[in-house]
Amino acid sequence: MSFWRDPIIFIIEWAKGLLAGIGWGPGWATTVGFVIGAFVLAAGAMFFVVFLIWYERKLIGRLQDRFGPNRVGPWGLFQPIADMLKIFTKELITPSGVDWIAYNLAPVLSVAAVLMMWAVTPFSKTFFGVNISVGILFLIAVGGLGEVGIILAGWGSNNKYALVGALRAVAQLCSYEVPFVISALVPVMLTGSMSLVDIVEAQNPWYILVAPAAALIFFIASVAETGRAPFDLAEAESEIVAGYNVEYSGLKFGMFFVGEFLHAFTASFIFVTVFLGGWRGPGADQIPVLGLVYFMIKTFIVYFALILFRGTNPRFRIDQMMDLNWKVLTPLSLVVIMVIALVDRLFASSADWLRTVILLAANLVILVVAERLIRRGVKTTRPEVGSRQRPVASPDNLFIQPGSGAKG
Amino acid sequence: MLNDWLYVGIFALVSMFLPAAAISIAALLSPKKPNSVKNATYECGMETVGPAWAQMKVQYYVCTLVFLVFDVEAVLLFPWAVAYKQLPLYAVAEAILFILILLGGLLYAWRKGALEWL
Repeated sequence: MSFWRDPIIFIIEWAKGLLAGIGWGPGWATTVGFVIGAFVLAAGAMFFVVFLIWYERKLIGRLQDRFGPNRVGPWGLFQPIADMLKIFTKELITPSGVDWIAYNLAPVLSVAAVLMMWAVTPFSKTFFGVNISVGILFLIAVGGLGEVGIILAGWGSNNKYALVGALRAVAQLCSYEVPFVISALVPVMLTGSMSLVDIVEAQNPWYILVAPAAALIFFIASVAETGRAPFDLAEAESEIVAGYNVEYSGLKFGMFFVGEFLHAFTASFIFVTVFLGGWRGPGADQIPVLGLVYFMIKTFIVYFALILFRGTNPRFRIDQMMDLNWKVLTPLSLVVIMVIALVDRLFASSADWLRTVILLAANLVILVVAERLIRRGVKTTRPEVGSRQRPVASPDNLFIQPGSGAKG
Repeated sequence: MLNDWLYVGIFALVSMFLPAAAISIAALLSPKKPNSVKNATYECGMETVGPAWAQMKVQYYVCTLVFLVFDVEAVLLFPWAVAYKQLPLYAVAEAILFILILLGGLLYAWRKGALEWL
């Protein structure tokens, strides 16, 4: 195998040879290799966050008509590194009355939950941590661990704001897990396997073209799972200070943010893996490193969409958020799975392209009908708050103040 | 097969270890000057009244109950989805019936007002 076709696997094979050369038994060599591999992948993910923070701050800055970070280094690239150095030396205040174990476990868990998703994702044809047969189920289960981190933070902090924030987060994450899981059934059904490697291999064409309705639900639900704007009720600053992380400071607080940024990126590459064909692209089968490039390009496109989503939408109210989930997304995802199951079975014997077109058409019909139904259910008038007519200042000429002596 | 899960286990330990190590390093580097005001519960400068672990809105509990039903449903549906390619029409219809019953349950919860956030 030449170096340039697949440099990552080349280095891994070389390291394996080196380990075997020391003279350990195969069991020990495998275990040590796994430990090193896991360390490299997880530490790489952690350091990647530094870049993600810069990218997101820069983009959000542009969206809000600012420059974003632009002082430290070229284009402000070293700003997050400076921030990281600073946050390492900040005092870790532990408020009195906290539940010590829960309080300290929470930031660790919320990062670990996201990092563990990196273990099963295929980044290219040959480069993935591990190919387990229950990949998607593992992703969902590990995502649930993040919720545990948040409830531990809220409960352990001994603070009412934190508790309210944690409860909101759990209500939100639990609720959005339902459409998330149900729409994740669609790729599993179309592939016949839960392994992410198999799902990527089977995407011909991409599943977003076969089942756009499921992809849309999956995307919205995964944005909600990351807990970012417009779904950031758990840390709504204007209502509950900072939500579940009020009582955290220094790097413990920073860890929640590392977890959040990494989760946003992870959510976008899971979307890419499940619906946008993962590393697939022209020539990626022959030259695996090209697959990694395609994967990153697609991921950054989805991540960009995620940031646009964050930058352009105001925060939901909690009842709107719950309504969106339980009254729109959940019934919609159930209908989508039923229709896809039925249509795919009825046209199982016809040609592949015909089946794909019919599935696409069925999905689009579902989306159009859902859109019509939602429009019918939307309240177009809002109740007037307060009945009395209030005196409102409405001067004839805005530029002349009354009583200033000038004649208007 | 077992090796795969060994890797997952090692990865889980490593991904717990890395943030824990970072926090430990920060704990070594950072100054430690606690005082009673700094360590007080932060509620925007107000004195805390009553315990923090107080009663909360019951709605959170109701929505988690509804969630539980659907998550169990999803766990039941995943093996069906994996086997979907080999299933006859009969088994697919059965699963659809199962989903319809749950959809009925959702409509019931909806009509009963369990989904209204007050």
